[in-house]
Amino acid sequence: MSPWRRQGWLPLLALLLGAAGPRSGFETMTPELQAMQRDDAGNPGMLSVLEGEALFAREGCAACHAAAALRGVAARYPAHDAARGGPIDLAGRIAECREQRAGRPPLPRESQPMLALQSFVAHQSRGLPITPDPRLAEARAEGERLFRERRGQLNLSCAQCHETLAGGRLAGANIPEGHPNGYPLYRLEWQALGSLQRRLRGCFTGVRAEPLAPGSPAALALEAYLFGRAAGLPIETPAVRP
Amino acid sequence: MRRALPALVFASVAGLAQAEPVVVGDAIPAPLTAAPGEPARGRAIVADRTRGLCLLCHPAPIPEERFQGNLAPSLAGVGARLTPGQLRLRLVDSRRLNPETLMPAYFSTAGLVGVADAWQGRPILRVEEIEDVVAYLATLRD
Ligand code: HEC
Ligand code: HEC
Repeated sequence: MSPWRRQGWLPLLALLLGAAGPRSGFETMTPELQAMQRDDAGNPGMLSVLEGEALFAREGCAACHAAAALRGVAARYPAHDAARGGPIDLAGRIAECREQRAGRPPLPRESQPMLALQSFVAHQSRGLPITPDPRLAEARAEGERLFRERRGQLNLSCAQCHETLAGGRLAGANIPEGHPNGYPLYRLEWQALGSLQRRLRGCFTGVRAEPLAPGSPAALALEAYLFGRAAGLPIETPAVRP
Repeated sequence: MRRALPALVFASVAGLAQAEPVVVGDAIPAPLTAAPGEPARGRAIVADRTRGLCLLCHPAPIPEERFQGNLAPSLAGVGARLTPGQLRLRLVDSRRLNPETLMPAYFSTAGLVGVADAWQGRPILRVEEIEDVVAYLATLRD
């Protein structure tokens, strides 16, 4: 057996020896980046959390929600939405709430104010374990199908990289397990805070596949599956990643 | 989601010396172009992470490229292990040897799902480029 094949068994071995359960991308970062994420004064994502806090007060959200009551919300999303008969993610809920209840004009998903509001809300759940909504089983099954389907000109699936090859090196990058528990997060390569959708767009275009439209049923199904497989991992928002 | 039409399976037929690459055993013995491949051009393609993409997965004896993956066997010595014909089939469509292979098919668009518009119906490399890469790999003898 060639050495690279033997290496392929290491993650499996680790699993059998009891290191089971999902591993956050945090675990495989350099100590410097881990320190940057942990230190609120040095974590660049905290600027967006603060901006979100100000918007939360100014945009009418605080009329209905006390910030303290937001603790735990992000750990339960995506959640089942009765009106839609399917999943709604945190960005979708914030947009809907803001428009319908606070009467504000729509905020594009990737706009800075939306990212800031989402960071502030998710930050209230920092450290709490992801607890997937049991009503989303159907969406998760569809999401898993998408996760395992090979796609794009390079014909690769999410599962190939984030299950089989996690822990390996793709050119200079460590391949993480691909968990969504840190978003929105500050990525050094972006020099900015960005959403989970933006990260997924990167992985899709990396294999030269057409990205899923943010907020579409397929994108929500994939998101529901990602949170399902990350069950138990703590929310890290705002995380830092290379 | 679109699937490639059978007619597009071997795209970019212009410049092809034969209608479709002929597989014999685990090889495509005949070159795909009349003009022979050029090893120096092939090396540049392998080294380029937006063209060959090879170094995303394979280590290779290209020391000036510092970031090389470790997901696939090293290309060092591959020219001593495999004939040009065997190298050619592994580039054209590795799935012919291992349906589950990680390695993308560089000159087949068969069975692809969800390809972005910019790459629709196009193979990753053109026939001339395949021949350049085969010529380069054949020089990697130790
Ligand atoms: C060819 C390999 C590859 C494929 C295929 C791939 N990814 Fe990734 N993904 C990566 C790498 C490498 C990173 C880390 C990026 C970095 O650190 O530069 C990453 C990061 C991620 C992250 C962020 C993890 C974190 O800790 O912040 C998520 C989530 C993710 N991928 C999901 C997916 C999904 C869903 C798919 C399929 C639609 C997918 N990926 C397909 C290589 C891949
Ligand atoms: C996404 C990963 C990936 C990329 C990109 C990739 N390969 Fe591979 N390649 C593999 C894997 C994995 C194997 C091992 C055989 C298998 O699993 O089918 C392999 C096998 C090979 C082999 C046979 C090696 C042997 O010793 O038998 C050659 C030759 C090869 N690749 C050349 C290339 C070249 C040249 C490129 C770029 C033009 C390239 N590969 C791009 C993953 C990749």
